[in-house]
Amino acid sequence: MQLPLWPEAASAVADDIDHLYIYLTLVSVVMSVLIFGTIFVFAIKYRRRSEDEVPKPIHGSWQLEVTWSVIPFLVMLTFFWWGAKIYFLNATPPPESMDVYAVGKQWMWKIQYPEGQREINELHVPIGRPVKITLASEDVIHSFFIPALRIKHDVVPGHYDTMWFNATKPGRYHLFCAEYCGTEHSGMVGWVTVMEPADYENWLAGGGSTGTMAQQGERLFEQLGCSTCHLLDRQGRCPTLRGVYGSRVQLADGKTVLADDAYIRESILNPNAKVVAGYKPNVMPSFQGQISEEGILQLVIYIKSLGIINAPGAPTAALTQQDGGKQ
Amino acid sequence: MSTVLQDPQTTETPNYLNAEYGWKSWLLTTDHKRIALLYLISISVMFALGGVFAMLIRVELLTPEGDLVNSDTYNKLFTMHGVVMVFFFLVPSIPATLGNFLIPMMIGAKDLAFPRINLLSWYIYVAGALFAIAAIVMGGVDTGWTFYTPFSSTYSNTFVITAAVGVFISGFSSITTGLNFIVTIHKMRAPGMTWGRLPLFVWANYATSLIQVLGTPVVAITLALLALERGFHIGIFDPAIGGDPILFQHMFWFYSHPAVYIMILPGMGVISEVVPCFSRKGIFGYSFIAASSLGIAIVGFLVWGHHLFVTGMSMYAGLYFSLLSMLVAVPSAIKVFNWTATMYRGSISYATPMLYAFGFIGLFTIGGLTGLFLATLGVDVHLTDTYFVIAHFHYVMVGGMVVAYLGGLHFWWPKITGRMYPEGWGKFSALLVFVGFNVTFFPQFITGYLGQPRRYHAYAPEFQVLNVMSTAGASILALGYIIPLIYFIWSLRYGKPAGNNPWGATGLEWTTQSPPTTFNFDVTPIVTEEAYAYAKHEEAHVG
Repeated sequence: MQLPLWPEAASAVADDIDHLYIYLTLVSVVMSVLIFGTIFVFAIKYRRRSEDEVPKPIHGSWQLEVTWSVIPFLVMLTFFWWGAKIYFLNATPPPESMDVYAVGKQWMWKIQYPEGQREINELHVPIGRPVKITLASEDVIHSFFIPALRIKHDVVPGHYDTMWFNATKPGRYHLFCAEYCGTEHSGMVGWVTVMEPADYENWLAGGGSTGTMAQQGERLFEQLGCSTCHLLDRQGRCPTLRGVYGSRVQLADGKTVLADDAYIRESILNPNAKVVAGYKPNVMPSFQGQISEEGILQLVIYIKSLGIINAPGAPTAALTQQDGGKQ
Repeated sequence: MSTVLQDPQTTETPNYLNAEYGWKSWLLTTDHKRIALLYLISISVMFALGGVFAMLIRVELLTPEGDLVNSDTYNKLFTMHGVVMVFFFLVPSIPATLGNFLIPMMIGAKDLAFPRINLLSWYIYVAGALFAIAAIVMGGVDTGWTFYTPFSSTYSNTFVITAAVGVFISGFSSITTGLNFIVTIHKMRAPGMTWGRLPLFVWANYATSLIQVLGTPVVAITLALLALERGFHIGIFDPAIGGDPILFQHMFWFYSHPAVYIMILPGMGVISEVVPCFSRKGIFGYSFIAASSLGIAIVGFLVWGHHLFVTGMSMYAGLYFSLLSMLVAVPSAIKVFNWTATMYRGSISYATPMLYAFGFIGLFTIGGLTGLFLATLGVDVHLTDTYFVIAHFHYVMVGGMVVAYLGGLHFWWPKITGRMYPEGWGKFSALLVFVGFNVTFFPQFITGYLGQPRRYHAYAPEFQVLNVMSTAGASILALGYIIPLIYFIWSLRYGKPAGNNPWGATGLEWTTQSPPTTFNFDVTPIVTEEAYAYAKHEEAHVG
């Protein structure tokens, strides 16, 4: 029978969190020993020796009260500061991160790679390279939890969340859903395989792929009829999408919005939410219910790939088109 | 002291128990002491029900495979365990029983300010509990006691609305009880019972009442919105119809985190009575303990966001909630230090209530310290939604509140019933509760850090040994609950007559006869001294 007492640690962050956890544990043990020890000593030393003894009253001491309020609070501030530091460092993925896309769906994890591989309840990553996971949910709230990396992030339906890690130790680690999500919640588990970079490249090359995510997105773009209105190189009934990704889009209500993953997702599911300046609302139908979260991610990657074709710094096609539309 | 030598037959003296007979005299009573007993019986039934669910959960978790019950049944078990224990046992527990019984007596009043509203609150509680039981009988609920959306509003196929209605209704019982206590404590104190002389149990229940009155409406609104979305597809929380699922969590925890203090403050009040009595010494730092109850009640309203550190909430909001969650630990620490200091140079006896008080201080300290782990941002990311959280809040809710409740029941049992419980059995079962509790929940800190997620029907095989320990501990703990149930009932008939003040305790409730008369005091008492004036009372006690 196994009796593990400490989880495996497969990243530098995991070590950081372990150190903080050990510090918290040590302080807690010291505090507990102090309190329990004092009570134990008092309970023995001042035990009732005769039925008629009357201890002298002691009312209190504000000096003591201040001491045992302020000192513990200062110690807690060290917890706060250290914990916040780790939390902030882990909040923003480094720009050079490789992308992976995960969709939670009752009761499985669907993983996609930009290169086109797709897998269920398995995640393959190389060591020594930051991995950014974009999380989406098809239905209820899930939570993507890899104990060996000490990271967890809720996967909330309705928008994208991101988390990132940089694994340092090859191995096979648990992947759990940590937010209760219904009948087979405890079956929504899988494995994270952390590999040497060469093994990872082999694995990536070996998958029977149906094209990259962008190519899959392009096929969806045709199938769903997006391409009949969103023409690529000239203005159709709808704005062209070339170069839109990452640009600031001028909206009909005078605001601008950054065309990121969330904006594109929203525009697919709820096209009237943010209408581009120069175009009318109620032209594009909602694709709510007609496309899976994985499909939306593929479209996002496809649209992103259209932007990458554009030379950086050049005025984006979409904005040029809009201006043309207005005049 | 002559009362100790009373003949057993003296239970014939008129008291609130024999003042009237017949079921009507109970179901239509406006006597706060009888209503306390009605509550005691009802919450004991709910506690037993919640305990059975807990035991089934633990037996299922003996093996890593989900083999005793199926997944849906397991999910219903932990949901109903949570719903029943939180809303129908822990929230009413000490206030509705000991608080109801003792607060008027402690302040020298004949009853609560609104005796009929007090009775109404019990009926409301029963109505809420019946809805919860109906939800169980019809087929159960599987959302978790937290009712997170959109699972609860759209995806669950169980009796969510029935259970939510039950919780909604029982909330009004909590509000009316809180309101009754606040008005009573403000307006009905006996002459001389100044705020600075109030027993700390009263202060603790006063702070609790403030949270009940201010917080409970929010959970009622939240559950009403949940029912609207589920019943009428009004988009509030489900993003598919335009809602925001995280909004639910903010609203839910805006009540439910303060509710944690509803569930622990009254327990702290009990300990503040028991420790001075069995140290035979005034409490150390009276005003700091009293103020810390209010401090917890106020700051407790500002920390709910620490339940949302991994939901994608703004990291700056995370900073704020982390810092304030640290701050709310300070008043709790103040209490622990003051109880400890009270024992210094005291005259400590080890009667059963004091053993529970020792247990409380130890277990609550661990519960509080592990709460700091969860308030620490970087660490919470790993620990949240694992068994570490389960262990932490059971150390507070069971190691703290249930232990304090049992200690308080033993302490005031002689006053409530006029009879003593068997002291030897009392000590033995206090020990069982302490050992059983630790064996059950301490291993869960380890499984939690290892990464075992909560609410898992089946789990990874390497967690089995620690889970078997938990289940073994739960069996000991169950025994520790069953033995007092038996001897309390036994003592009603066979217990030694208690006399008015078997512990030599201070406090107006101990100046009345046991059990008290219907109106508590023959003459309105006049208070001339501070609470816990043990040095002066010594002469009255030694006899």
